[in-house]
Amino acid sequence: MGHHDLHQAELPPLAIQFPRSDGSRVPYEVFSSPAIYEREQERIYRGPTWNFVALDVEISQPGDFKSTYVGDTPVVVTRTPDGSLAAWVNRCAHRGAKLCTLPRGNATSHACLYHQWNFDSRGNLTGIPFRRGQKQMAGMPPDFDMKAHGLQKLRVDSYGGLIFASFSDTVAALPDYIGNEMRPWIDRIMHKPIVYLGCTRQFVNANWKLYFENVKDPYHASLLHLFHTTFNILRVGMKARSLPDAGHGLHSIITATRIEDDNSSAAYTAQDIRSMNEGFHLEDESVLGYVHEYEEATTNHIQSIFPQLVLQQIHNSLVARQLLPKAPDQFELVFHFFGYADDTPELRELRIKQANLVGPAGYISMEDGYATELVQRGSLREGKSSSVLDMGLSQPDQQDTLITESLIRRFWTGYQALMAL
Amino acid sequence: MTPLDQMLLWFELYSLQERYISVLDNDQLEAWPELFTADGHYEIVPKENADAGLPMGIIYCNNQGMMRDRILSTREANLYEPQTYRHLVSGLIITPADQGMVKMSANYVVIRTNQEGDSIIYQAGRYEDQVINTAEGWRYRSKRAIYDTLRVPTLMAIPV
Repeated sequence: MGHHDLHQAELPPLAIQFPRSDGSRVPYEVFSSPAIYEREQERIYRGPTWNFVALDVEISQPGDFKSTYVGDTPVVVTRTPDGSLAAWVNRCAHRGAKLCTLPRGNATSHACLYHQWNFDSRGNLTGIPFRRGQKQMAGMPPDFDMKAHGLQKLRVDSYGGLIFASFSDTVAALPDYIGNEMRPWIDRIMHKPIVYLGCTRQFVNANWKLYFENVKDPYHASLLHLFHTTFNILRVGMKARSLPDAGHGLHSIITATRIEDDNSSAAYTAQDIRSMNEGFHLEDESVLGYVHEYEEATTNHIQSIFPQLVLQQIHNSLVARQLLPKAPDQFELVFHFFGYADDTPELRELRIKQANLVGPAGYISMEDGYATELVQRGSLREGKSSSVLDMGLSQPDQQDTLITESLIRRFWTGYQALMAL
Repeated sequence: MTPLDQMLLWFELYSLQERYISVLDNDQLEAWPELFTADGHYEIVPKENADAGLPMGIIYCNNQGMMRDRILSTREANLYEPQTYRHLVSGLIITPADQGMVKMSANYVVIRTNQEGDSIIYQAGRYEDQVINTAEGWRYRSKRAIYDTLRVPTLMAIPV
């Protein structure tokens, strides 16, 4: 997919300058500007993108629905009676009230609280109280067209059990949007039926793009998350990948894989506990267990599908993280945990135990939200200054490395094109 | 059990709860795991998952060693802004069950203060506990903190 696929109408430039064209210098005002935030809502979230909204298994039954967001627009995604998916803006077509007030549930119709206008799960208007009036009292005009007053509908599709929604009529079909480079990595995780295990939420006082930078930044992993080094679990010389998609560069995958030479014993493959050296050690090392489930023994799979999804496998912890902007300086993360339908009880227990690694209290993730807040605080009055993203710049095509900021640079060049900056 | 016995039991378990929040609120984190049995469970789960019967939460320990690991990591590995908790706990209800085990539930609110002195209502929720009487006194065999404040602000470094 090329830049032209994300082409939109020209906009007058904002007074924001990226000092270099290679994405290696990012002016800090993009993290705090209300004008940037407004443009993002139009050009990204309501633009030619597919936005992760739910797992298929969260709304598996006809009538199931879930309230969520595309950008900061409230939307509802539903399973219709015929099993297909639908999504609509959560705003009554009558007077604008938020229509669905429940976070999730099952209903074949949705009535607005205010005047009980009624809609089906596809968002079609099906009923208006007193439409024909009552006795001598007039109702709606005789020519009122029910079909023209449905809810605002979004395109919706799923790939590999991940549901995405789009406001765009022109965005490529979902598999093409995800792209040739990224699809195999989604297939790797979503290769068999999954079970939803619940979600946790984290609210951070920082700009959403700082989190996107974070999940494209393998350089920070062993430096910020000292759990790795304190307990000697990050092996030097792990096989690494840092791959962008071949088009706009807004999606990416980072992997770290143990090298088979480290695991000389065949018996080591079933359930493998990392050994500790001197110094600190964990009393219960099972939190770092690893049951082989995939062809390649990758312990870290961090894949971002722009703009709302980070698909994660860390050891046996499987999560679809939904990234939601709330304000220029606020974002929310929703961690959708899952396992496979054929998990043994022991493997399911391990997934629950390994939730300790990720999320707001995660041993190797709790610092991420804090780090983005530190950038937000430190850069607030330095809007014209820029960050420095030169790591690996001299070998921009090197992909078998974790010591690189290449994916972040690709993100910013793609972002500039999409935002017309 | 006579009414006086019931009152004494309630008071003993209230004291356990007071001890529990005291170690967390006054930087005696190493004493926290000792309030559990060796095979004790501790977990923090959002109310939305608990209500839906879904297992996932943000901290899960199924033995005392995991709790010591959590404190060791909090002390030595994880990075976070220096902070203080103040627990407000109310509504303690105790229900004696089989084999000396007592079920207890209570409301909690944690106010978190950062190093600049800003205090926020960090988390509201309820405890669902099982306690047993050991040679060392009453200890938690299981403690679930089920939180209403679904969006965890920034991070959680210290148990609630």
